[in-house]
Amino acid sequence: MTDPLESAQAIQHSGPNAEPRRRRSWIRRYIFTTDHRTIGIQYLLLALIAVIIGASLSLLMRLHLAWPDLPMPFWGVMKPEDYLALVTMHGTLMVFFVLTTAPQSGFANLVLPEQIGSRQMALPLLNAASFWLTVLSLLVLVSAFFMPGGAPISGWTSYPPLSAIAASGPGQALGMDIWLVSIGIFCIASTLASVNMLTTIVAERCEGMTLDRMPLTVWSWLVASMITVLVFSVLFAAAVLLLCDRHLGTAFFVPMGDLVNGQIVGHGDGTPLLWLHLFWFFGHPEVYIAILPGMGITSSLLANFSRRPALGYRLMALTTVLIGLLGFLVWGHHMFVSGMNPYAGTAFALTTMAIAVPSTAKVLSWIGTIWGGNLRLTTPMLFSLGFLSLFIAGGVTGPLLALPILDAYLHNTFFVVAHFHLIMAMAAIFSVFAGVYYWFPLMAGRQLHEGWGKVHFWLTFIAAYSTFFPMHLAGLAGEPRHYSQLSGGAASMAALIPLQRYISISAIVLVAAQLIFLTNLIWSVWHGKLSPANPWQATTLEWSTASDGQPIVLRGPYDYGVHPGQSDFLPQDALEPNPE
Amino acid sequence: MPLTIFLAVIALCPGLSSLVSGSQFWMPPNAALHGIAVDRLMRLNLTALGTCFIIAHLLLLISILRRPRPGASPKILPSMWAMEVIPLTLLCLMYVWMAITAQRLWAANRFEGPSPAAMQVEVVGVQFQWYFRYPGEDAAFGGTRPELVNAAAGNPLGLDRQDPHSADDIVASELVLPAGREVDVTLRAHDVIHGFFVPAMRLKQNAVPGMVLHVHFTPELPGEYPILCSQVCGLGHARMQAKLRVLPRGDYALWLAAREAKLHAIQAARVKAQ
Repeated sequence: MTDPLESAQAIQHSGPNAEPRRRRSWIRRYIFTTDHRTIGIQYLLLALIAVIIGASLSLLMRLHLAWPDLPMPFWGVMKPEDYLALVTMHGTLMVFFVLTTAPQSGFANLVLPEQIGSRQMALPLLNAASFWLTVLSLLVLVSAFFMPGGAPISGWTSYPPLSAIAASGPGQALGMDIWLVSIGIFCIASTLASVNMLTTIVAERCEGMTLDRMPLTVWSWLVASMITVLVFSVLFAAAVLLLCDRHLGTAFFVPMGDLVNGQIVGHGDGTPLLWLHLFWFFGHPEVYIAILPGMGITSSLLANFSRRPALGYRLMALTTVLIGLLGFLVWGHHMFVSGMNPYAGTAFALTTMAIAVPSTAKVLSWIGTIWGGNLRLTTPMLFSLGFLSLFIAGGVTGPLLALPILDAYLHNTFFVVAHFHLIMAMAAIFSVFAGVYYWFPLMAGRQLHEGWGKVHFWLTFIAAYSTFFPMHLAGLAGEPRHYSQLSGGAASMAALIPLQRYISISAIVLVAAQLIFLTNLIWSVWHGKLSPANPWQATTLEWSTASDGQPIVLRGPYDYGVHPGQSDFLPQDALEPNPE
Repeated sequence: MPLTIFLAVIALCPGLSSLVSGSQFWMPPNAALHGIAVDRLMRLNLTALGTCFIIAHLLLLISILRRPRPGASPKILPSMWAMEVIPLTLLCLMYVWMAITAQRLWAANRFEGPSPAAMQVEVVGVQFQWYFRYPGEDAAFGGTRPELVNAAAGNPLGLDRQDPHSADDIVASELVLPAGREVDVTLRAHDVIHGFFVPAMRLKQNAVPGMVLHVHFTPELPGEYPILCSQVCGLGHARMQAKLRVLPRGDYALWLAAREAKLHAIQAARVKAQ
């Protein structure tokens, strides 16, 4: 059996492992390693484990919603608190351990140093430390399921007093503490990882790699890292304050006279709204941490597989920065009906409409890049096109939800679930798939199977639309999220159960389609087609075939199709206009 | 071939699912005065944004279907003006229009308080029950204290019986309102955050412990409408529902009189017991 990493290195002459080195033990090479590429793969595997758990939880939820009396594995007939625990853990796993780790830490560790002509991350030991803290955080989180009372039931947003008072529900005692500790560890890990990434981008660029020659992936990792450092520290503070409220008798979030379960628990003058502000000051930029790397990957891949430069490179870099900046000013659009001053609602609505402008500019630029291009419909290209389609589908409802008067109907209904699953979950995951298919040769020295990749794409694409698009309709009909059953006064919505069944069946197909991906992944590590050195004829430096020494960058990142009669691409470090 | 599926997906998804289910996929019929404008705005915005979605996908499809053959000489990129500046300007104008129209409606509903003649109702969220309080003949709510809350003893809101204003307060578990009269809703919560959501009234506002919030609306059409909790509040969240009954004015007066008579009877019994 060949060693996949070694074969990856075989095609990567300029990589960090090019020079002969001591043979280190298996554990030092694969587990406690400081090699950025191995850490990147570790992050991707962690995200894979988290997404498998998170998707399984969502399947249980979907089954329960459609067939409430069906006994579930591990649960039997599901109780309402079980359902809410699933909601909480599904959201937490997906947002933190999948959408924050894979696009940002996973891919950046895999290719960022080479893309900027460096051999390593600036702070390799810190890099390994932040990965293992992330692992610890995941283990702590999953252990919440096994606490007395089970996992917390207050959703991934954990609004107090529900999250502050142990007596307010099952899972809100030890389960909630575990959740907060896990999030605290995750905050530290992400902040450390981002400091490392920022340092690397600022300090480790090779000669000639000026800011305006950085691939758009690097721009997006740069902005996402800045956001991470700023907002995860706020979330960390909020989690510490909430733990103090729970155990040290402070009252940041619990108001005077708060009466839970027959006991007066509010003795200070806190306010739950403080948590909402702190949480969403983190929570909305977090969305951009998840999607910005996907935008960068899409920009790069659309240019590559259209064989032409990305339309408006400077505009794309600028809009990435603008989205990052404006992302700090929009958090209140999660709070239109929260009790926040209605004038503040107007202010946040306007900033939110403003952030639609750079996002729209990006979409136009992507369409312009592929318009009339010599498209190569490879699997990574299909997933990038899928990203574009889903980003538009989820994006168009953004400005609608930014209008407080309409959000005052749609808030916390399935309409919002549809919106953020299309844009944040599906679009971001499609860019992750695009990245995995595209960069797999750097991980395993082999390519993923193209045919099965295409089958995987089409099934996933159709099932994604089929699962999340109809949720708009349930939301318009008024169905709230977090409802484990439609009964009682909401019986008028019982008419939506057939729709929910349809969605559940689609979700099963969606998850089942990923088995094709998993099989392809495992099979291709050992049996995939051996990859040439630069399989996608790419220009960026992670595919550089120059044999040794520091690369010197001579041109921008997307020099495709601009030299008629010669090769249709020029790598950033190629000396001659005709490198072949 | 895959492109046909691509088209089919975009076009058929909602249709396919409605075939399977046959249920209704629009907002429930509106019964509130301000809801007419809200529904109109919702339709306009969904149409505008749905059109953007379709145009963008047509552009995507054309790019894919009409791509040059492999090996054909590459075309130059479209100009920034055609692809970026002009469409972006147009879309920005649309965003401005969306923001202005929607903000006017929001301001009309939320910046201004209710008219002084609006009737007063207090809505209190408690795990997992909505309570509705009417101020009675003196048009003033009596004081409440959390330590007096005792649902089993008939005082779920902790009414302070020493307060003269509380004597005529009526506490109900369904919200009954007269049609055509503006209501000023005072929103409170005892324990955790709840979401007061009346889909038919196009109304949603959180009830937050420690805060007293106000929303106002005018129910127009008599009928029965569900009241839901829209903010996850614990294990009973999904069953935290109540009923809004909008009655013609005469029927409402009769209902109120019956409730007052019942209150007097209870008070008389309490005095007798003492």
